[in-house]
Amino acid sequence: MRLSFLTIATVSAAAVLGLVSCSKNLDRQPPNSITASQVFSTAAGAKEALAKVYGAYALTGSNGSGSSDLGGIDAGTSDFIRLLWDANELSTDEAVCAWNDPGVPDFHNLNWTSSNTILLGLYARCMYQITAANSFIQQASSAKFSGQDATDLAHYVAEARFLRAFQYWEMMDLFGNPPFVTDKDPIGTIPKQISRSDLFTYVESELKSLDSANALVPAMQNEYGRADQACVWALLARMYLNAQVYTGTARYTDAITYASKVIGAGYSLMPVYHNLFLADNNSPTNKEQILSIAYDGNNTQNYGGTTFIINAEIGGSMVPANYGVPAGGWGGNRVTANIPNLFPDVSGTADKRSLFYTNGQNKQIQAIGTFTDGYASTKFQNVTSTGATPAGAATYASTDFPLFRLAEQYLIYAEAVLRGGSGGSATQAVAYFNKIRERAYGNTNGDVTSITLQDILDERGREFTWECLRRSDLIRFGDFTSQSYLWPWKGGVSSGTGADSHFNIFPLPATDVNANPNLTQNPGYN
Amino acid sequence: MRKKRLLVKAGVLCMLVLLAFPAFSQQRLISGKVSDSTGAPISGVTITPQGAAGGTTTGSDGTFHLSVSSGTRFLIISSVGYATQRVPVSGATIQVTLASASSLQTEVVVIGYGTQQKRDLTGAISVVGTKDFQKGAITTPDQLIAGKMAGVQVTSNSGAPGASSTIRIRGISSLNSNNAPLIVIDGVEMPSSVNSNGTSDDRSTVAGIANPLDLLNPDDIETVTVLKDASAAAIYGSRASAGVILVTTKKGRGGKPVFNANTTLTAGTVAKKVSVLTAGQFRSYINAQVAQNPADSVYANMMGSANTDWQNQIFQTAITTNDNISMSGAAGKTPYRLSLGYHDEQGILKTDNLQRGTVGVHLTPRLLDDNLKIELNLNGAVTKSRFANQGAIGAAIAFDPTQSPYSKSNQFGGYYEWLNRSTGLLSALATRNPLALLEQDNNIGYSANSVGNLHVDYALPVLPGLHAIANLAYDISNGHGTRTQPANSAQAINNSPGPGYQSKYKQNNTYVLEEYSLNYIKDVPSIKSNFNVLGLYSYANNLITPYNYASLDAKGDTITGSKPVYPTSPYENTLISYVGRFIYTYDQRYILTASIRADGSSRFAPQNRWGTFPAVSVAWHISREEFLRNSNWLSDLKIRGSYGVTGNQDGLADYAYIPSYSLSGNNSLYQLGPSFYNMYTPAAYNPAFKWEQTTSTNVGVDFGLFNNRINGSVDYYNKSISNLFNSVFIPVGSNFTNQMTVNIGTMKDQGFELNLNATPVRGRKFSWDLNFNFTYNKNTITKLTNGNKNSNFLGDQVGVIGGGTGNTIQIQTVGYGANSFFVLQQIYDKSGQPIEGGYADLNRNGVINSLTDAYHYKSPFPPVAMGFSSTFNYDRWSLTLVARSNIGNYVYNNVESGMGATQYIMNPLMYLQNASTSIYKTHFYSPQYFSDYYVENASFVKLDNVGLTYNVGKIGHGANLRVSAYCQNVFVITKYDGIDPEVYNGIDNNIYPRPRNFTLGASINF
Repeated sequence: MRLSFLTIATVSAAAVLGLVSCSKNLDRQPPNSITASQVFSTAAGAKEALAKVYGAYALTGSNGSGSSDLGGIDAGTSDFIRLLWDANELSTDEAVCAWNDPGVPDFHNLNWTSSNTILLGLYARCMYQITAANSFIQQASSAKFSGQDATDLAHYVAEARFLRAFQYWEMMDLFGNPPFVTDKDPIGTIPKQISRSDLFTYVESELKSLDSANALVPAMQNEYGRADQACVWALLARMYLNAQVYTGTARYTDAITYASKVIGAGYSLMPVYHNLFLADNNSPTNKEQILSIAYDGNNTQNYGGTTFIINAEIGGSMVPANYGVPAGGWGGNRVTANIPNLFPDVSGTADKRSLFYTNGQNKQIQAIGTFTDGYASTKFQNVTSTGATPAGAATYASTDFPLFRLAEQYLIYAEAVLRGGSGGSATQAVAYFNKIRERAYGNTNGDVTSITLQDILDERGREFTWECLRRSDLIRFGDFTSQSYLWPWKGGVSSGTGADSHFNIFPLPATDVNANPNLTQNPGYN
Repeated sequence: MRKKRLLVKAGVLCMLVLLAFPAFSQQRLISGKVSDSTGAPISGVTITPQGAAGGTTTGSDGTFHLSVSSGTRFLIISSVGYATQRVPVSGATIQVTLASASSLQTEVVVIGYGTQQKRDLTGAISVVGTKDFQKGAITTPDQLIAGKMAGVQVTSNSGAPGASSTIRIRGISSLNSNNAPLIVIDGVEMPSSVNSNGTSDDRSTVAGIANPLDLLNPDDIETVTVLKDASAAAIYGSRASAGVILVTTKKGRGGKPVFNANTTLTAGTVAKKVSVLTAGQFRSYINAQVAQNPADSVYANMMGSANTDWQNQIFQTAITTNDNISMSGAAGKTPYRLSLGYHDEQGILKTDNLQRGTVGVHLTPRLLDDNLKIELNLNGAVTKSRFANQGAIGAAIAFDPTQSPYSKSNQFGGYYEWLNRSTGLLSALATRNPLALLEQDNNIGYSANSVGNLHVDYALPVLPGLHAIANLAYDISNGHGTRTQPANSAQAINNSPGPGYQSKYKQNNTYVLEEYSLNYIKDVPSIKSNFNVLGLYSYANNLITPYNYASLDAKGDTITGSKPVYPTSPYENTLISYVGRFIYTYDQRYILTASIRADGSSRFAPQNRWGTFPAVSVAWHISREEFLRNSNWLSDLKIRGSYGVTGNQDGLADYAYIPSYSLSGNNSLYQLGPSFYNMYTPAAYNPAFKWEQTTSTNVGVDFGLFNNRINGSVDYYNKSISNLFNSVFIPVGSNFTNQMTVNIGTMKDQGFELNLNATPVRGRKFSWDLNFNFTYNKNTITKLTNGNKNSNFLGDQVGVIGGGTGNTIQIQTVGYGANSFFVLQQIYDKSGQPIEGGYADLNRNGVINSLTDAYHYKSPFPPVAMGFSSTFNYDRWSLTLVARSNIGNYVYNNVESGMGATQYIMNPLMYLQNASTSIYKTHFYSPQYFSDYYVENASFVKLDNVGLTYNVGKIGHGANLRVSAYCQNVFVITKYDGIDPEVYNGIDNNIYPRPRNFTLGASINF
């Protein structure tokens, strides 16, 4: 009987202990993770959080090239530049892609739908960076820093606001009437929709408020990779140039004002054009860039960005190792004949921006799926200006992608003057235009004495090939969907054909219209 | 702390066991013989004196000799599959005839937290015992029951050694989380086989650590019981949505030691190869292309002069041996069973190997006049595996058959690899040499697993019928391993900073379960009533700790970006449960079972943490009514009905409701100024997570005819699942992602099951047993979103295929079954050949779009599944066969869709690949991934297993020998073009072929 008592005692004691000690165990905390207030309790933590706000437009995710912040799209395809490039280049005369990846063929056919996977990814990527910025702004307000740490944090917050404004500009440009959330909305808030013109007003007021408060580090004074005050001007100039498209009201004078601010800030053109797109373009000698997305083959690995642009441009008889990606070469993207046709010669003898690979490539495109149809581009490469391949390079590229550079501001100035903006002069416009041509030619042989709007569009075609600006340019010039300007396979027809004007803005993804009851689809789409 | 307490308690109880061995008093010898109703002797029957220690088992001739104390009045005669009898001890010899208990009469069935007489069951429960298991080369226990039960589908995931199976009970019960049933081994709920980090425990993902079933030696298993309906399963509450599988291991039978040794030798062969072009066909094909388009001569120039069947190069005849020895008996009052097993299995894929040693210790002492029943179960397994690089399977199908496996140079270790034609460097994206993938990749994994429990049942003296029960259990696994690829291997040549690859991995899993319960059973004959009341508390904690290591190149330098930020990535979850159950039986005619369980899970925020899961079921044993009791032909008839709610939280990530930040990996840094920074990344989170719930109803009839020579059951069920864990698109901008798991949507499963056993012949020499089971299940998604206002929302695309980047072939849409194929409707020309790019323009907009013109076409899940088993016994011979059939399941032939195109053969990246012979039927130039041409009817009939056993009989010294021969995966009848129509998710993309096995076995009892 003593034994049985012992047993009962043991069992019931254990039961009681179990009941008491265990219920707290339902509060399990993730072992390697910390809370927002812990992150913002140190200056180092705040900077690492800022790294994510920037990294949101460089990387696909936080755990290597196979990870993604997004769902519903292949991880490797889910970074900002790859998606933006598809939407803004494949839809134009600047590019065709051989691949049959989900959503890719729709672009050149000008028949994308609200189910397009690339557009879903792009929309979600832009909004992801906005959400990351909102959260950063929100959490930073609770940090208790003093001295230099407080000054730095204020700059970080201003940069997060700039990045948010930049992505809202993209959303306005691409999707017109996107969902809208700010740092006032906690996680879980279902965003309201904002109209294109209201969004214009919001982005403008954010940028102007940052500018007037000198909230950002002065132009050219910030660390590499971080936004400074000139970024605000550059974005304002770009936005005002396109204001007619966004709001119906032209703002060319404002475009001239802000382009001039950038131009006067001390930037200078990179002497050799091609060096802007090589692996050492992050060098301090690059005084042309205003803001670039920084990539690094060893530290910032993903399958988008310049890794995508460079690998996808290599195919046919091109040798991947010659472009700094010995394990790469994906055989995807080429240009239509319209692009080499902009140049005096394909070889680049006169205009050094003519960077095409023609060996074994047909200029005309018989089949979009055949890489050797259409000239390949050699503009972006993962070799340095001295021809060296970065250490350890296999597939990932270390070339940075310029989001804003001085040359664009020259051409914004010139175009805004031509379009009737005041505060600039025609002479200055021609002078700026010629600066770009002189860099391209290496001499004054390409100089002009007068320019037309068509000259501006063509010059932008030569200068900014594959820099994700072409779609907006063609829309501003009325050439994107219309029958007035055609390129091979525009609208899915080999000779090219126009499409309905509702394609001038992209549809909101059907998945989001379905998930978010506040959204109404853009006109022309269902 | 917890572990220490467990050890102390275990120690105390072990001492109790040892103290309790009493001395024997005056003895008398009893002899006897046990036979079945046909008069045939039954071996292995347990004979124990009631209320005393000791016992024995019958020999192969059914006889036994037992020495009992003079006070013994009754012997308990029991054997699995027969009704237990209590026989009075009258003389020195006893003749016993045991009645078969495959009937509904007296068989005891394991149910949740207890046992019940089968006749009293109110839920839908299926049981398979040792004699009905699948036989032959069985590596994992799940294969034992394939085809044996209605409503239970077991699909082995691949032919790889030790590969686990996908088990589904009554269709699928969740879209995005756990569909695997709860496994309960000897009363211990095992941790979910779905890891809470989203991956599933398979040897391919967490090398070295298998799912809980896989570490049990199949030879140690006595019965497998499946709880199918909610009333039977609801006692397991939140873990039971996908059904429950109760595994009972063999226990000691008491008496003199009985030994069993058995051995099998198996040769596994490739049952079918993928149909690709031979070298000759390949040459003709390319030459024909060149004749049409001279520019293609560049491809003709790449061809080699060899004739290589790459599938022959990578596959082999695999030899497997399996040896087991067990000893069962009693040490004093403690019946025991000890077993040792050794399994050495080659894969049919070269280099694949699994070696496993298992040990089982089972002690079942009864002390204090049987008032204290103790059960100690310890199972252990150690494995050493070499994991073949399964990429070789796809590579072998795709590799150019005109190339020889070896080059003449030393580059790449002498293996032929595709080179860039201008640089002579490796062509980075070309298909790798399949043989090199195997032989230049050495992935060795070790694991040690142990699962055990101590179950103590004490009949409290204060109140007869009241039991206090404690069940303390653990499941601990450690896995670790290394993987190396040499510097000259093409797989690792482009690694940075240098070529070659070395990595290591390690993971520890620790699961602890404690249960304490009170059970009161009271028979009140005056009112013909029996009451059974149970109250239980349970605590389960599962901690998984993966270790993170940097990968190195051949020189030992860290591969760029691979240095881990955190040394380990542990995750942990806890489940606390309170259970109550009441079983009321009136006159053995009317039975009512009601249960309720409350579960609290650490995966949910405090406000949603607790879920309540009630169930009720009733049964009416009609055949016990006066008006049927004397029927000649109707031996049994019972009607059952049940309703219950179960929950699900497995498969949901731990911590998913908590807002948190973690640092990015060292290959995901961002440059700010001169430095690169790890990014503090906010995780998406959902504080609103709550339990996924399944409400199910079941009505069933159990019947037995002609003295139960024909018996079986029929069930109809209706499951409706709500608050589905569904990975859906959430409003963009509302969280740190655009797609995450939320509780949204509903789904239903309706089905019908028939299970039929018959013994058409039952003679002294010849008998014939049959089992047939039939399952019909229809799954429909009934709701997917909260609003669904947009009629253009097609559904959630799932089922990523090989080919392109991120292409999908299936969709979840309201009104259709889960994972329905979503494809373009192929148009054919007059000769019946599919027209390339010719699809029906379903939205009539003039353009074919792979989404907007797609339609819902068929499901990968079979609406009808059948199993058929038959055993013929003639004298000493026994012939068994098991066949299975699925009808109406469709498979997307990704091998053909990906490889059946000219462009695939002549790759634009300048190398050659072999193609599927389907290219002769389609003549496609570019792959047509979305064509419904590739969605094939994969209905099949499989003869799973044929076995012949001969009972040699006595071979001296009381030993009995049985020899047997088996063939597994004998043949498949199907119209499906691929190598195997059985593909669980319906996307056939180079699966590891299931081998055809030929096995010889011998078993000795002594």
